[in-house]
Amino acid sequence: MLSIKNLHASVEGKEILKGINLEIKDGEVHAIMGPNGSGKSTLSQVLAGNDAFEVTSGEVTLNGEDLLEKSTEERARDGVFLAFQYPVEIPGVSNLQFMRTAVNAMRHHNGEPEMNAAEFMKLAREVSKQVDLDPAFLKRGVNEGFSGGEKKRNEIMQALLLQPKLAILDETDSGLDIDALKVVADGVNALRSKDRAILMVTHYQRLLDHIVPDYVHVLAGGRIIKSGGRELALELEERGYGWLGIKDEATAASPAN
Amino acid sequence: MATTDQEVNELIKREYEHGFVTEIEADTFEAGLNEDVIARLSAIKKEPEFMLEWRLKAYRRWLEMKEPDWAHVGYPKIDYNSISYYSAPKRKEDMPQSLDDVDPELLKTYEKLGIPLHERAKLAGVAVDAVFDSVSVATTFKEPLAKAGVIFCSISEALRDHPELVKKYLGTVVPHTDNYFAGLNAAVFSDGTFVYVPKGVRCPMELSTYFRINAANTGQFERTLIIADEGSYVSYLEGCTAPMRDENQLHAAVVELIALDDAQIKYSTVQNWYPGDENGKGGIYNFVTKRAACIGKNSKVSWTQVETGSAVTWKYPSCILRGENSVGEFYSVALTHNYQQADTGTKMIHLGKNTSSTIISKGISAGKSSNAYRGLVKFGPRAEGARNFTQCDSLLIGDRCGAHTFPYIESLNKTAIVEHEATTSKVSDEQMFLCRQRGIDPEQAVSMIVNGFCKEVFKELPMEFAVEAGKLLEVSLEGSVG
Repeated sequence: MLSIKNLHASVEGKEILKGINLEIKDGEVHAIMGPNGSGKSTLSQVLAGNDAFEVTSGEVTLNGEDLLEKSTEERARDGVFLAFQYPVEIPGVSNLQFMRTAVNAMRHHNGEPEMNAAEFMKLAREVSKQVDLDPAFLKRGVNEGFSGGEKKRNEIMQALLLQPKLAILDETDSGLDIDALKVVADGVNALRSKDRAILMVTHYQRLLDHIVPDYVHVLAGGRIIKSGGRELALELEERGYGWLGIKDEATAASPAN
Repeated sequence: MATTDQEVNELIKREYEHGFVTEIEADTFEAGLNEDVIARLSAIKKEPEFMLEWRLKAYRRWLEMKEPDWAHVGYPKIDYNSISYYSAPKRKEDMPQSLDDVDPELLKTYEKLGIPLHERAKLAGVAVDAVFDSVSVATTFKEPLAKAGVIFCSISEALRDHPELVKKYLGTVVPHTDNYFAGLNAAVFSDGTFVYVPKGVRCPMELSTYFRINAANTGQFERTLIIADEGSYVSYLEGCTAPMRDENQLHAAVVELIALDDAQIKYSTVQNWYPGDENGKGGIYNFVTKRAACIGKNSKVSWTQVETGSAVTWKYPSCILRGENSVGEFYSVALTHNYQQADTGTKMIHLGKNTSSTIISKGISAGKSSNAYRGLVKFGPRAEGARNFTQCDSLLIGDRCGAHTFPYIESLNKTAIVEHEATTSKVSDEQMFLCRQRGIDPEQAVSMIVNGFCKEVFKELPMEFAVEAGKLLEVSLEGSVG
């Protein structure tokens, strides 16, 4: 599904990713862990095509096609979905309108007929239940006045609507209490399927109690320095990043929760 | 995102779709302005005698007036003697007796503009008065309106058929001494719309006037007068377009609204005059005086405007709130791009007790344009318990445009309450990235974000025009991201 080879990327001339190599196959769930500033978020932004980051070398393919030469929206239509860490507000644009526009852009791309307002409303109501969002949220402005947890659930709802091939979840657990975390995890687990890959970026291991990954990678200083199975995450929880020779203030201050 | 500004600029490049010229035989005055020209104009229109006197008085005063320069706009000096003050499509008879007598070329023009005037294709539920250059060419749905007692006709007709009504109200809200362009308009106005809604009548349909400038080197000076008698209600909409021409054209209109006791007037404008090309060449100078007098108790006037056209706009639809408990509202969306300049806003003059006003202004600037809100909220000494709420929001697209807010507040009454909120925001890179990450085209994303920004104003427009306004913004923003 996704193949990343020797990926280097920088922002404002400063190199953040210094040679990432990663293979993700259909149906797999990978977790990328690492201390703050290790380049986790940069990796998700680069994969989604944020122009603020410059890819200086390396290659990325999605199902054999060069991903890097495509625009953000083309990647999205090819099935790359990014659940944002801090989803931005779009005042005055209703969530419903926003989501329907996105779904129809995707349907148009796939040669399917567009959904009218009534059809979409029905679908959106169903999906909103899955992430425990009151349908009233559909009428509010995109992320406008949403709490942190509501924003995250709203992101997962969009993933469920858009049914991506590759879902990238950027710190989807941050700022969530345990109940909200469970709802989000249930949503992500509902996304798991044999033709879909999931890449989770997270600082803490607690999300991985609910969404069990097939592989765990540790990112530090812009490189993947260790890969392993689920047990790697547990080891990180017990021993912190220091064990791998990485300094991490945040982890030291609040270990694993 | 480093490329966004460039993208945005791409998106903003648009085509003006009403830029065609109609080949039509016209009677056009030679350029120039003097008392003879005014006398000829008045004679052609078969006006009652008092009108010629009225016009000449305004003209003599205008000669002594100075063109204002306080607005936040810049344009080369206008030579008022290089403009023709009258142009009308040639006709065999003085007035067409029915639409069959109207030149087919003209009807085609309106069809192209999406304003069908033909009986079989009329806009459902909307009566239209079509003004082409200096004259009104057709008014639809006259009969059902007459049945309700509503007078809806061109102001030239009103001067012939209802001189007493026109005489009583014309110039009472905007006197010819008011400002330079109002003075000029009083001297030379050629046509426009007249509406009278009698006591207790709720006008059975939306009324609308469609203004079209066609001839070259011609100014359009229309005059609109709307009177809502006690307890009546009327909703009125005007739309405007002009051909693409390299030279600038002047549009100096005056609109007067009068609301008596318990009467309500809703006045909506979708202004899409030719804005000039992407290098700032050509376009309409839109210097307009619009004012409403709420003279009756509990009367209410709402101005809603969507301004996307013109090279230079200078316009402040205002309310004089004289009657007790009268209400004034102003909802505005002004979009500028390329080299367009807009200085627009409102004046709410609170004179009566417990009068209230609301101002919601949304300015959108793109390209190298300049967009200014200028508003005055004034409370007279007798305006006990009066209140105003003002909200001015500016949205910037790209980084070469400007937004300015000039709020003025004058209060001579201690009990008056005024609230003012202002914000400036940008279509942010993050918003664009979110939309694009969901597979949405950049053009569609900008249009969606801008429409969201304007939502509070669009919901004030009559339904069918709210859709129009949304589409107009979309067209106006076409090519602004690539």
